[in-house]
Amino acid sequence: MGEHVVKLPDVGEGVAEAELVEWHVKVGDIVREDDLLASVMTDKATVEIPSPVEGEIIWTGGEVGDTVAIGSELVRVKTAGGSAESKAPPKAETARAAAPESKPEPAAPQTRAPKPELPMAPRKTAPVAARRAPGERPIASPAVRLAAREAGVDLRQVAGSGPAGRITHEDLEAFLARGPDTPAAAGLTRRTDVTEVKVVGLRRRIAEKMALSKSRIPHITIVEEVDVTALEELRAALNKKAAADRPKLTVLPFLMRAIVRAVAELPALNALFDDDAGIVRQYAGVHIGIATQTPAGLVVPVVKHAEARNLWDCATEVARLAERARDGSASRDDLTGSTITITSLGPLGAIATTPVINHPEVAIVGVNRMAVRPMWDGTAFAPRKMMNLSSSFDHRVIDGWDAAVFVQRLKELLETPALLFVDA
Amino acid sequence: MEEISCRLLVIGAGPGGYVCAIRAGQLGLDTVIVERGRLGGTCLNVGCIPSKAIIHVAEEFEVLKTAAAGKSAFGLSTAEPRVEFARTTAWKDEIVQRLNNGVGGLLRKAQVKTLHGQARFRDGKTVVVETETGSTLVRAETVVIASGSAPVELPFLPFGDEVMSSTGALALTEVPGRLAIVGAGYIGLELGTAFAKLGSKVTVVEALPRILPAYDAELTAPVARRLHELGVEVLLGAQAQSLERGALKVKSADGKARKIAADKILVTVGRRPVVDGLGLEELVLDLDRGFIRIDERCETSMRGVYAIGDVTGEPMLAHRAMAQGEMVAEIVAGHARTWDKRCIPAICFTDPEIVSAGLSPDEARAANQEIKVGVFPFSASGRAMSRANERGFVRVTARADNHLVLGIQAVGQGVSELSTAFGLAIEMGATLEDVAGTIHAHPTLGESFQEAALKALGHALHI
Repeated sequence: MGEHVVKLPDVGEGVAEAELVEWHVKVGDIVREDDLLASVMTDKATVEIPSPVEGEIIWTGGEVGDTVAIGSELVRVKTAGGSAESKAPPKAETARAAAPESKPEPAAPQTRAPKPELPMAPRKTAPVAARRAPGERPIASPAVRLAAREAGVDLRQVAGSGPAGRITHEDLEAFLARGPDTPAAAGLTRRTDVTEVKVVGLRRRIAEKMALSKSRIPHITIVEEVDVTALEELRAALNKKAAADRPKLTVLPFLMRAIVRAVAELPALNALFDDDAGIVRQYAGVHIGIATQTPAGLVVPVVKHAEARNLWDCATEVARLAERARDGSASRDDLTGSTITITSLGPLGAIATTPVINHPEVAIVGVNRMAVRPMWDGTAFAPRKMMNLSSSFDHRVIDGWDAAVFVQRLKELLETPALLFVDA
Repeated sequence: MEEISCRLLVIGAGPGGYVCAIRAGQLGLDTVIVERGRLGGTCLNVGCIPSKAIIHVAEEFEVLKTAAAGKSAFGLSTAEPRVEFARTTAWKDEIVQRLNNGVGGLLRKAQVKTLHGQARFRDGKTVVVETETGSTLVRAETVVIASGSAPVELPFLPFGDEVMSSTGALALTEVPGRLAIVGAGYIGLELGTAFAKLGSKVTVVEALPRILPAYDAELTAPVARRLHELGVEVLLGAQAQSLERGALKVKSADGKARKIAADKILVTVGRRPVVDGLGLEELVLDLDRGFIRIDERCETSMRGVYAIGDVTGEPMLAHRAMAQGEMVAEIVAGHARTWDKRCIPAICFTDPEIVSAGLSPDEARAANQEIKVGVFPFSASGRAMSRANERGFVRVTARADNHLVLGIQAVGQGVSELSTAFGLAIEMGATLEDVAGTIHAHPTLGESFQEAALKALGHALHI
């Protein structure tokens, strides 16, 4: 009998640690070779760790939500084979030393985008308040009633945890510490149960990313209205004539083309700001991140080299990436490398938003809801299809003037879509 | 006129008044109490205490008579028992005297000044007390009216030599040969039962169709049976009409006129508030059918004027008055207090005794409550058997949903002492499981309480 130690393999270039997001095995399970042991999440992608051997799981390292260093022990498997490989040092450090001779070639990690089903199963805590119908007299011992009276507490406001909803000294103390609740209106009941949801995996990544962006980047947001009547007519005409193999065009490909045009004139906006190093890297290629809602949360697949794609190309790539992001099959490559980002909530897009910059980028363009509004054309009100753009910029490296010029350029290009296709 | 001033003036030294004054004294309030009669009020002088003394003697005498008649179930015998009623009353008076002195001592210990005389309001803060030695003007920041209640007199049966109130009955120096009682409430039946045991031929006249109308029929049935055994005639649905040459004229339920020959007639048809001579007309007090209306802090419609006890209406019970008195003293001392009691137990010292705390099943149902009821009969109690008295039962009523005990009643010999357990259970918010899960000492009547709770839960052990 031998023991085999499975360590967290190198799951991606430059990745030093990964978050454990799911265990597929527990101690005592029998695994065969290539059975999945655990899922870990790196920068953006979830990686499945398969078992390199067959045997019984005798130890698992870490809990879901833990951050595990590359190379540290993940599981120990009791194998039926010889004892030559059976080195099971108890500590991670020694395991690393023992690694060369004990570790066979790990099975190739399968990299996948986050799965929709993340370990966020809500855990319900027991409700603290026993039910008492509105207006019903509270039950409490004389001593509790006296203490409440002296503390100026109306026991009708206090939930009882005892049998039959009896209010105990502890309930009263908890109430005094917590303060009164708003009383429930007639026919309504107050609910005091609390559901704990552990923030792990993609949600934790999103939380960290958002906190990083908002804490580091002083945002400036510009909201501008765009008359998209002409654009919509063009879009309708193109979609009407479109061949069956071509995707339906949304506003997005036009906006992507407009961004390509605009950043060609204002390269400072298509850049990453390495604020630790104090370097802004301006990119010639325009890699547009498309903020996409998936069942698991927000992900940003990237349309690479938008400058080299035509409208349909952009549309096809957006559709492909959105599909892969939503079904969880987007690759790590699909999800990294953006230099500027578009965020659109479609019909939910509201009048204005304050988009959060996708750090370390310096600009994000938010698309608001399209609506027909009366616009003054100089002599009369005319119904026009209007759409707002809410764009945020990193004010450390982008001045308000440049930001405004960029937004005006987008407006110009979208209002007169022919400009998108004319070489200036 | 002598003038004194104080923080708190209590009018009436019955159970409510004297407890209020003692508690106020304990709390350091400068307190004066006024009493026109004897300390202790109705309860101590002409109510609870002397009646229980007479009832006790009657019970003892009944045991001897049963033995003398060869009817003892357990082989006790005696010959020709007699009761020297003069000594009975002397013994009773001695108890009352001791308690009178006790109350006086307690008031002194609490540094309460006692004035003997009739109090009369001049205004809400000023009271004139007419004592034997002259008038005293008392200026008080706060006044508590605890003037109590007195028996109601029927206009066609004025109290006199033959017609007496409960006070008169307790002052009798000999056992009446024939005693007619008007009113089958607890006072009439307690005294009627005692005099029946002491040898009177007792007839009870009640206008309503049943005895003890305040209690449900299940509880009163054992009492009715026992009255019959004792030879007490009970006329239900009958109207007392007048007194005619040593006889009480009655219109019975079937409409026929009847004469009940009686040496004494005891009228126990209720009690009225005592407010005569107080000068309440000088105050602006809201009344409710003659009783002083109070709020949940026992304050009257006048600020700084409180009322406690029987003068505030039903339930007219000494222990209610005491609790009110204690509460008011604490309120006057600045403590936050409100009447928040869940139950006021009530007892009939009939044979067998009845005790009730909280709601009866009927009352609970009337309050739209889904209930569980558990009844445990004393016929299944070893202790009841060994006392040769298996009459009665304990009955527990609880909410069906959460088993909160809503009410407990019992009827049986000696069950008055169970009132403490019943009251505590309800006041503490006990559930059936709490009562069932408490070890009750064996062999006692109290075990029947636990068994009744188990019965309501569906798993009584001894039935």
